[in-house]
Amino acid sequence: MDKVQDFLKAHAEDDIVHRSILDEASRKFNRPPGFIEEAALKANLLPARYQRNRNTLSIEQQLALFKARVAVIGCGGLGGYVIEELARLGVGTIVAVDPDHFEEHNLNRQILCTLETLGQLKAAAATERVQKINPAITVGAIPQALRSDNAALILNSCDVVVDALDSIPVRIELARVCAELAIPLVHGAIAGWFGQIAIQLPGEQTVLDLLERCGDKKGIEKEVGNPAFAPAFVAALQTAEVCKIIVNRNSSMKGRILFIDLLEMHFEEFHFE
Amino acid sequence: MHIKINLFATLRKDRFDTDQREYPAGTTVLDALNDLAISESEAAIIFVNGKHAGPDHVMLDNDTLSIFPPIGGG
Repeated sequence: MDKVQDFLKAHAEDDIVHRSILDEASRKFNRPPGFIEEAALKANLLPARYQRNRNTLSIEQQLALFKARVAVIGCGGLGGYVIEELARLGVGTIVAVDPDHFEEHNLNRQILCTLETLGQLKAAAATERVQKINPAITVGAIPQALRSDNAALILNSCDVVVDALDSIPVRIELARVCAELAIPLVHGAIAGWFGQIAIQLPGEQTVLDLLERCGDKKGIEKEVGNPAFAPAFVAALQTAEVCKIIVNRNSSMKGRILFIDLLEMHFEEFHFE
Repeated sequence: MHIKINLFATLRKDRFDTDQREYPAGTTVLDALNDLAISESEAAIIFVNGKHAGPDHVMLDNDTLSIFPPIGGG
């Protein structure tokens, strides 16, 4: 890594390294793009793609994001936007979990669903999209439904889990497993003009408590659907929480739930004991 | 006693966004749900004065009851 870092430092402009230099280092030292990006950040150099993150995130925090592993459970409306934002933020490893293929009725809101990806596995489309944004990012595509018998294996060694599911019983199972494994969980859900977000840090069961009375109920989204703006909005809130959990090991959403009403533009906050 | 009630999302349909109601002392959340013709399964998430509560919660004068339907879409 020393030789790689010496090369990057020699070709940096102040502390910025441009993509052409990172690519050249990858070829010259026969190392994958992820190795080169991490080497740059460890040398206190900022890949040029992250210049507009500066002063919001330090290089040290950018490195923490790059070393992080985030699982996104569900790659549809919420999950697609979350994956897009995690990739651009600079999260180094994304585990994309979804058993479904894209269908025509996904086109109204799911950013990974295009005419080209119709019929494709959502998890595979997530990989393709992230590689187009940044080949230094590793995507683990898992085209399986999350179940009690595979959840621990899928979530193993993840720093944060994003609940972008579309089934309340599976959300409850995910919250239970995250509590057991002491992995931070960022919950988001949408229906029509409405949405909600909450987080569950290790030692807490906030999301389990929130959903405890939902049981096996169907959500109101079965009645009111999901328009384009609801997943984009709630996914942005979820990604902001993931970012804070990774760089600060904490979250300002601790013990709170936020309900979002995009029709009246009301945001209501409630608390868990 | 005086209770302020806030309904959210689809629970507002044919009801109201916010209302003030008078109930006898000892009224539970479940009693209020029955009064509002909201089934327990529709009232998936309940808060009293901004704190998470269940159907058995006994309300006090000037409490605020907030009721949410289940939201599960992704």
